[in-house]
Amino acid sequence: MLDLTYELPKPKVIAGAKHDWELVIGLEIHAQVSSNAKLFSGASTTFGAEPNSNVSFVDAAMPGMLPVINEYCVEQAVRTGLGLNAEINLYSAFDRKNYFYPDLPQGYQISQLYHPIVGEGEVLVEMAEGVARNVRIERIHLEQDAGKSIHDMDPNMSFVDLNRTGVALMEIVSKPDIRGPEEAAAYVTKLRQILRYLGTCDGNMQSGSMRADVNVSVCRQGQYEKYQETQDFSHLGTRCELKNMNSMRFIQMAIDYEARRQIAILEDGGTVDQETRLYDADKNETRSMRSKEEAHDYRYFPCPDLLPLEIEQEWVDDIAKTLPELPDAKKARFIKDFGLSDYDASVLTADTVSAGFFEATAEGRDGKLAANWVINELFGRLKKDEKDITDSPINPDQLGGIIALITKGDISGKIAKDLFEIVYTEGGDPAEIVDARGMKQVTDTGAIEAAVDKIIAENPAQVEKAKQNPKLAGWFVGQVMKATGGKANPKAVNEIIAKKLAQ
Amino acid sequence: MSIDKDTAARVAKLARIRVEDDALPALANELSNIIGFMEQLNEVDVDGVEPMTSVTPQRLYRRTDVINDGDQQGAVLANAPDAREGFFAVPKVVE
Amino acid sequence: MTDLNKLTIADARDQLRAGDITSAELTGACVSAIEGAGALNAFVHNTAEIAMEQAAAADTRIKAGDAPDMCGIPLGIKDLFCTKGVDTQAASGILSGFKPEYESTITTQLWDRGAVMLGKLNMDEFAMGSSNETSVYGDAINPWKRDGDDATLTPGGSSGGSAAAVAGDLCLAATGTDTGGSIRQPAAFTGIVGLKPTYGRCSRWGVVAFASSLDQAGPMTKTVRDAAIMMEAMAGFDPKDSTSRDLAVPNFEAMLTGDIKGKKIGIPKEYRMDGMPAEIAKLWEDGTAMLRDAGAEIVDISLPHTKYALPAYYVIAPAEASSNLARYDGVRYGQRATLAGGDAIDDMYEKTRAEGFGPEVQRRVMLGTYVLSAGFYDAYYNRARKVRTLIKKDFEDVFAAGVDAILTPATPSAAFGLGEMKDADPVKMYLNDVFTVTVNLAGLPAISVPTGTDAQGLPLGLQLIGRPWDEGDLLNTAYALENAAGFVAKPAKWW
Repeated sequence: MLDLTYELPKPKVIAGAKHDWELVIGLEIHAQVSSNAKLFSGASTTFGAEPNSNVSFVDAAMPGMLPVINEYCVEQAVRTGLGLNAEINLYSAFDRKNYFYPDLPQGYQISQLYHPIVGEGEVLVEMAEGVARNVRIERIHLEQDAGKSIHDMDPNMSFVDLNRTGVALMEIVSKPDIRGPEEAAAYVTKLRQILRYLGTCDGNMQSGSMRADVNVSVCRQGQYEKYQETQDFSHLGTRCELKNMNSMRFIQMAIDYEARRQIAILEDGGTVDQETRLYDADKNETRSMRSKEEAHDYRYFPCPDLLPLEIEQEWVDDIAKTLPELPDAKKARFIKDFGLSDYDASVLTADTVSAGFFEATAEGRDGKLAANWVINELFGRLKKDEKDITDSPINPDQLGGIIALITKGDISGKIAKDLFEIVYTEGGDPAEIVDARGMKQVTDTGAIEAAVDKIIAENPAQVEKAKQNPKLAGWFVGQVMKATGGKANPKAVNEIIAKKLAQ
Repeated sequence: MSIDKDTAARVAKLARIRVEDDALPALANELSNIIGFMEQLNEVDVDGVEPMTSVTPQRLYRRTDVINDGDQQGAVLANAPDAREGFFAVPKVVE
Repeated sequence: MTDLNKLTIADARDQLRAGDITSAELTGACVSAIEGAGALNAFVHNTAEIAMEQAAAADTRIKAGDAPDMCGIPLGIKDLFCTKGVDTQAASGILSGFKPEYESTITTQLWDRGAVMLGKLNMDEFAMGSSNETSVYGDAINPWKRDGDDATLTPGGSSGGSAAAVAGDLCLAATGTDTGGSIRQPAAFTGIVGLKPTYGRCSRWGVVAFASSLDQAGPMTKTVRDAAIMMEAMAGFDPKDSTSRDLAVPNFEAMLTGDIKGKKIGIPKEYRMDGMPAEIAKLWEDGTAMLRDAGAEIVDISLPHTKYALPAYYVIAPAEASSNLARYDGVRYGQRATLAGGDAIDDMYEKTRAEGFGPEVQRRVMLGTYVLSAGFYDAYYNRARKVRTLIKKDFEDVFAAGVDAILTPATPSAAFGLGEMKDADPVKMYLNDVFTVTVNLAGLPAISVPTGTDAQGLPLGLQLIGRPWDEGDLLNTAYALENAAGFVAKPAKWW
């Protein structure tokens, strides 16, 4: 394991009208498993198809239909568990969670309450350089996703599309270790990054492949420490669950609103009701989802259509062998092998494509220079063009070629930027372009001296001024650069001018 | 253990079966009767006994990750009481 | 050629292969018989056209010489099996008009082997019942009547229509399903053979689910040999059913030697219930003697948890059913209640299910909902599952001690009158299953064989329970019992 020491981030403190309060946050992330077919049926998981076209009779819960488990979905859950350093349960089982809703055709969801496939794990969440919290994972289980109900197509009717029904979800449950909205967002970001590295979930929050249920409670300072000592939840406040959050920004705003709402109630002498709430982004408020009737009684019981799932340790070991280098390890390696800063290494390892691009660019070349160019020049330009790294018109060979030319001294940094623009918009081999367009830096000191002599000879007044005020030597540098079409090596130009003026 | 009218009402609600208020006492009675019959199970010493999960234990059969189903919107909607534009239409769901 | 409908599968098969008869003639005879048997209310959806097409195809195949045992044999299919394009209601109003777009695995296997579908058979709604009195189609009627008495009797349930049809020679055999005795009890009430295989022997895919861990399909036939033939055609691993067993299906018919010398037959003392009618006790004794005379060794055994089987069953089955029947909600298929303006989704669910489910189904769904609900799960459902473990262990211990099969009565009485149980409390009706439910809880194979009649001339049956996966051995013992009993009585045709 990586030998990294961190300082814990400070818990967020919210000043109420009367007291200071802290937050306690736990998250349940629903991540759609990347697979071809669904968890218990052979229908496709593709997003955006015609309504009810990716639906098998099993998904539609027709009479007599039965579930059959997709082994690859199990593999993906195991892979996720391994990537989160979690315990893999060789024995797990499926339970039915019973409730009525039109997008739940069976009238129950097949889930894993009593025996989940993955046990305790952890996620390292860095808040700043050297500041991080190891957020503990409680468990991960597999369950079916529900369909979609559309309520705004008709004034009296809701319309149901079962395409999403039965797609495999991994529910990743954290322990209540998170202590602020920024931390919560950072946790979701890190988790998403790991899942994408693993290839077990595409993390696309807009399309709903990853959603978060956020549990928020508040407590007075000192209470959390008491809870940690005793593991007694009575030291913490009553929590509310904010459902189906699919934006990092809204997660933070919702937590902030909800914490203040609870604080206001408590400071007023009231009690917080344990309930499920929805965040309204337009109004920036949360509101209760609980209907006037009783809370759901899900009547969980083991699904009699499925036997318990028993997997072999050898299979788990084989899956472990396929794990890619994960973000924390890759970042540490970039810092160590390429001498990168913590920040740069973070940016470059945000996803495997960027990291791969960087590594290919940096191979056999100056790592720091490569990092600088990838982050500032390439990413900057791609962002302006609203392009993704996967659509980059310049490839690692080309970018690496530019960097090699800089290191070799063939071109200056400024010329390199021009060269980058050319390769980016027109393509081509950087070295060939430099030759073809005569972009090579002039490093021949004789030629530079000659140019300097010429400028000095033509501008005696300036020479006098510069001798009085050495700062004005810059004018000469500019003139020489102009005269040489920008190709003179700036460092050499500066040195020679300084020498000549001193004469 | 006897089931009262309120419990019967709650159960009917959970099961989404409409039972008129005046039919609830009879339902409560019936259910109480049957539950009473089941209470014989309390006579059995079940200490240390595992609840049966599967009557014939075997390795859970697994399918491979191939798409071999779906793509049959017509068949899926064929028996629908109210299908519109490819969707199942139901009375409004209030969130 | 009349009376072809009275043939057994075995005889029909031989005559078809010999070219003495055609499937078209055989099927035609059954279709006529059905047309004249409306009074039995056994067939509820007729598929005569499909049957004649299938018969023609079967005849071609038989002529070509490539004909499996079931080829050309006309069958009735319990309304619980999904038959593509053909009404499938599970005898419920909530599935009125439902025509599946898919065929159950079992019926697919039967049609692939050339069998012929005469139509769908009456049953208790969603297989919940022991008398076929809860059907949306109305009662099925037992072809048997008491001597000198015109009262209509129940054919038993839930596979009442299947039993009536086979006993009345409307078809050569029928499919049934058995969750607590629904093949064996109706078979005993109508003087035919009914086999429930080991749980997992047959696929449940496409069979409307009642209680998933208990349901099994099986053949209802005129003879043990026929049951062996038809069982082989119905059985087999199905990758679409995770609870089905990947085990080769033997040629069951080939195992019918009739020789049971040295077989150990267990007689469980706990099945001798208080107040057991003398006739049933005698039937059981006579059956025991027959097996002894055939060379079997009779041993007294104990199945200590027998009396808890019924209460355990009536916790587990309704619990699973309450969840399995949640899908009948008026959204995607079946009936939807007529709604009032302003009705929202929950109103639709509640009205649809109140209108569509009969009273017994509603009762069991609510019972199941109750036993699974918060606070009661451990007290009822979990406890019942533990008792189930003990019941299964009772059998395992007995089999481990060397017992090959267990002999018990199949029912506590002969067929009773329709409407007789109408005002009795539900528990009294449940007691009909007292001899049969243990078998479903333990997942064992069991068969009901007619061996005698009661004082009023009604058929009575004995049950043999076998080891898991040993249907062949069980059928052979049943074959020996059938031979010894020599039951050949048929109901007098009054319809």
